[in-house]
Amino acid sequence: MLAIYKKEMRSYFINPIGYVFAGVFFIMSALLCCYTTIVSSSYDTSSYFMMMVFAFVILIPLLTMRLFAEERKLRTEQLLMTAPISITGMVMGKFLAALTLFASSLLISCINFIPIYAFASIERGSESYNTTHIGPVTGQVIGCLVGILLIGAAFIAIGTFISALTENQLAAAVITIAVILGMVLLSFVNTLIDAYWLRFIVDWFSVLSRFNAFSYGMFDFSALLYYISITFVFLFLTVRVYEKRRWG
Amino acid sequence: MIKIEHLVKNYGSNCAVDDISFSVEAGEIVGLLGPNGAGKSTTMNILTGYLSGTSGKVSIDGIDILADPLSAKKLIGYLPEQPPLYLDMTVDEYLGFGYELKGCKLPRAEHIAEVCEVVKISDVRKRVIRNLSKGYKQRVGIAQALIGNPKVIIFDEPTIGLDPKQIIEIRNLIRTLGKGHTVILSTHILQEVQAVCDRIVIINKGKIVADELTENISRAVENNRRFNVKICGPSREVLAAIKSMSGIAYAEVLAERDGEAYTYMIESDYGVDVRKKLFYSMAERGWAIIGLEALGMSLEDIFITVVDKSADDRLSKPGRVARRRTGTKDALEKQVAETMLQDGAEKRAAADATEIEDEE
Repeated sequence: MLAIYKKEMRSYFINPIGYVFAGVFFIMSALLCCYTTIVSSSYDTSSYFMMMVFAFVILIPLLTMRLFAEERKLRTEQLLMTAPISITGMVMGKFLAALTLFASSLLISCINFIPIYAFASIERGSESYNTTHIGPVTGQVIGCLVGILLIGAAFIAIGTFISALTENQLAAAVITIAVILGMVLLSFVNTLIDAYWLRFIVDWFSVLSRFNAFSYGMFDFSALLYYISITFVFLFLTVRVYEKRRWG
Repeated sequence: MIKIEHLVKNYGSNCAVDDISFSVEAGEIVGLLGPNGAGKSTTMNILTGYLSGTSGKVSIDGIDILADPLSAKKLIGYLPEQPPLYLDMTVDEYLGFGYELKGCKLPRAEHIAEVCEVVKISDVRKRVIRNLSKGYKQRVGIAQALIGNPKVIIFDEPTIGLDPKQIIEIRNLIRTLGKGHTVILSTHILQEVQAVCDRIVIINKGKIVADELTENISRAVENNRRFNVKICGPSREVLAAIKSMSGIAYAEVLAERDGEAYTYMIESDYGVDVRKKLFYSMAERGWAIIGLEALGMSLEDIFITVVDKSADDRLSKPGRVARRRTGTKDALEKQVAETMLQDGAEKRAAADATEIEDEE
């Protein structure tokens, strides 16, 4: 698993794809952060995180599209499958490499908050009276970061699974975009539905509705469980795809 | 070392490997010989644990590949038909990855250097694989199979796409490897297995046709005495004269014509060299032999020869073999013609379809 992980990490950076991902990630997060807080003169970061989930629709497929599709196309999966490693190890190695790149980009993009906190401290300093809290709510920021990390992990697992289904990277990317976009948009579809029971079901699957709790700074364990189970279900399915192919 | 018992692999209704059983002793070099689509690659993919057989049992050094795949895979180095190379890595990075992937315990730098030395890629170790020539890529693939010094080495068509000099080098390499390892290689070239292997397993249409020591097969092949002769003279009389000679099993006039000379395909009885006799008898009659060319055997011919030989000793009745051989040839040609017709029909259908699309 470690060998695969290291190889994937290296390949992100000997190919342009890792740089493209990180670059687009930083630009988008900086623009969104600037637009949602400074431009609209607000300390509320929750809309920034909401917008980032939409950015993931484009970003995550960049990370996941080649994971398995490329191996299959170049026939290098034959090397991996005949090596003394388990399929689970192979899938986890690749997933963790993508997750590492994603998480570190997310962490680095936190520098976006520095100017916001700086503005807040300036504003606090100039005011003589100190009755209300000025600046972003740190609890909310941390809650949102954890939530968005889990959403990212779930999306990466979905992208990994889709990449294992095809040998065409482009097809993998397009299908992943479609699926993730669908999952994100479910919360808007939701508002169009009259029937309560249907709305309840759609809401249950919706990624964004569960994110709301995090944006209030609450730690919602059902949401946590939901994202982690999506991650594991899709990783498990990826393993099954490879098991099945052996017998095909 | 390797034991395959009643291995069957079905792809849907298509049977790629049909009840194959054979075993390979430690230190043996065994060649799997067969035409394209015979099931060689499938067999090797199952041996290495890439695919699973529909039924049957494969064990490597007593370890069942399905029951304990990780320990079994540790014993195998595999070069698939298309070398599994990461084109954006350098040779060193790639071999380092192979080293880590196999969880190799040998001293890293020395082991990789040693493997590079063996396959003669030491001078390209810092280069990106994408930029290497086909021959070097193939050797990098072989190097990857050798990493970890596995007991069993499996090569799927190791010399395909190489130039003659490289082919000789690779064959020498495989022979050297055979001294310390158990080697299985597949090929559709008879000369290759003859040059390298101790034993040849011939596979056709998913079944083992023959499992013989190389020398036995070579003997059967050498017994083939077919050649084309160009003789100036009236074709019918020349043919009659040839057929009347002793030691001739079969003769026919080919359509090829070179001035007044016709070409004749002649097959002699086993163990008889009729060329001298043919020369004198033609010279007596005043017909000049202006060309003589020994014919190699096609794989198809070898199967039939070997099968006939192993089924029962029919070597003393070569006429029958010859008839069967031409019989299969006709059948083959018919088959080829049919597929070509089918292809034509499909192409026409495809062309029609595009035309319709264009009109729309």
